[in-house]
Amino acid sequence: MLTIDNLQATVADKPILKGLSLSMNAGEVHAIMGPNGAGKSTLGYTLGGRPGYEVTGGSVTFDGQDLLALEPHERAAAGLFLGFQYPVEIPGVSNVQFLREALNAQRKARGEEPLSGGEFLKLAREKAALLRLDMDMLKRPVNVGFSGGEKKRAEMVQMGILDPKFAILDETDSGLDIDALRIVGDGINAIMRKPDKAVLLITHYQRLLDYVKPDFVHVLAGGRIVKTGGPELALQLEEQGYEAVAA
Amino acid sequence: MSELASLPTRKAEAFRYTDLDALARVWPVACEEIIVPSGQSTSVSIVEEGQQAVARHLVIEIEAGAALDLRILNAGNTFGRIAIYVTLGEGADFTLGAAQLGQGGQVLEIVTEVAHDAPHATSRQVVRSVLGGHATGTYLGKIAVARGSDGTDAAQSVRAMLLDRTATANARPELEIYADDVKCAHGCAVGELDAQGLFYLQSRGLPPPEAKRLMLQAFIAEAFAGAPQEEELQAKALARLGELV
Repeated sequence: MLTIDNLQATVADKPILKGLSLSMNAGEVHAIMGPNGAGKSTLGYTLGGRPGYEVTGGSVTFDGQDLLALEPHERAAAGLFLGFQYPVEIPGVSNVQFLREALNAQRKARGEEPLSGGEFLKLAREKAALLRLDMDMLKRPVNVGFSGGEKKRAEMVQMGILDPKFAILDETDSGLDIDALRIVGDGINAIMRKPDKAVLLITHYQRLLDYVKPDFVHVLAGGRIVKTGGPELALQLEEQGYEAVAA
Repeated sequence: MSELASLPTRKAEAFRYTDLDALARVWPVACEEIIVPSGQSTSVSIVEEGQQAVARHLVIEIEAGAALDLRILNAGNTFGRIAIYVTLGEGADFTLGAAQLGQGGQVLEIVTEVAHDAPHATSRQVVRSVLGGHATGTYLGKIAVARGSDGTDAAQSVRAMLLDRTATANARPELEIYADDVKCAHGCAVGELDAQGLFYLQSRGLPPPEAKRLMLQAFIAEAFAGAPQEEELQAKALARLGELV
């Protein structure tokens, strides 16, 4: 589904990703762990196409397409979802309006019929219930006045509504209390644990992986994958730290 | 109001940023009078979105205990100047909500002078400008609180969004206060669309023009919020924004 080959990227002319390679198949969940500054968020933003994250080498193939040639909105329509570590507040724009327009823009790009207002609200209600987010919050402006945990749950509601093939979730577990972590973990499983989908979890901690079991765990350090293993690698990292394991 | 006598020059403060050539074509400007009789409340909406240059000069008197809700969509294709001179009676209330949407070489301006000539009157002005290309958007707003007009409550909120570095926004809120017990607030900001917000919206599948339109729609919403004609004004502004992005 996704093949990253020798990816190099800079931010403000500073090299961050230095030859990162990673291959993922449909039906898999991968976790990327690593110390601060390793390039985890840069990987997410580079795959999402954020301006300022410049690819200087390598390639990314997503579902047979050259991902890096696509604009951010085209990547979304192709089935990519980027869960933000810090979801952005958009004053004055309601979640419902934003998500309906976003979903219908994606559907249009794929040659599908738009959803009507009623159909969309039904879908939104269903996904909000899954993440136990009050439907009233979706009528409010995007992320404005949401707590850290509410923002992360709202991200997952967005993911549920947009129904991507592939999700990169950048520290979706940060800012969550224990109960919210379970809700978000269950949400990720319900939305994304399917044979035709894949998830890349970027995280610092083992705890999210208790709920969303990864098939592979990678250690990212110095802009490269330095070690790959099974779920046991995350436990080992938790016990021994990055330095000992990645050395 | 001496401005009506002869074609002004840029030396006149109220015309400092105007397009004099365009103004000359529509000169002289007829004075439009609006009187809201004591105790009554009314609303007026002005939509300028045609091809012709337009200059309007409104002289408004809101008598004691009366209220006027004035909304303006200033989005003419060449030149649009709307000057508003308001006198408030005791306990009168004035609301102005305006959006100026310009692109190309449009020159759009709103000039207001609100005279709190009696106690306990309230006024609230919200002006939002969205400017692309080489457009110029100007707001010159004066609030004058006369001696003895205690209990005055006046507010101005002026914001402009520049879509291109070549567009210009001028804003000059001005307070002239000769009474002691008054509340006057003014705020003014010129900015660009938040790049982080734009990327966030795009990452969910919105093409850049639609992401911008959504953010701009939110930006100008306050100008028409609560107006009796809110839906109609929003719809017209939205159509216009679609052309701007």
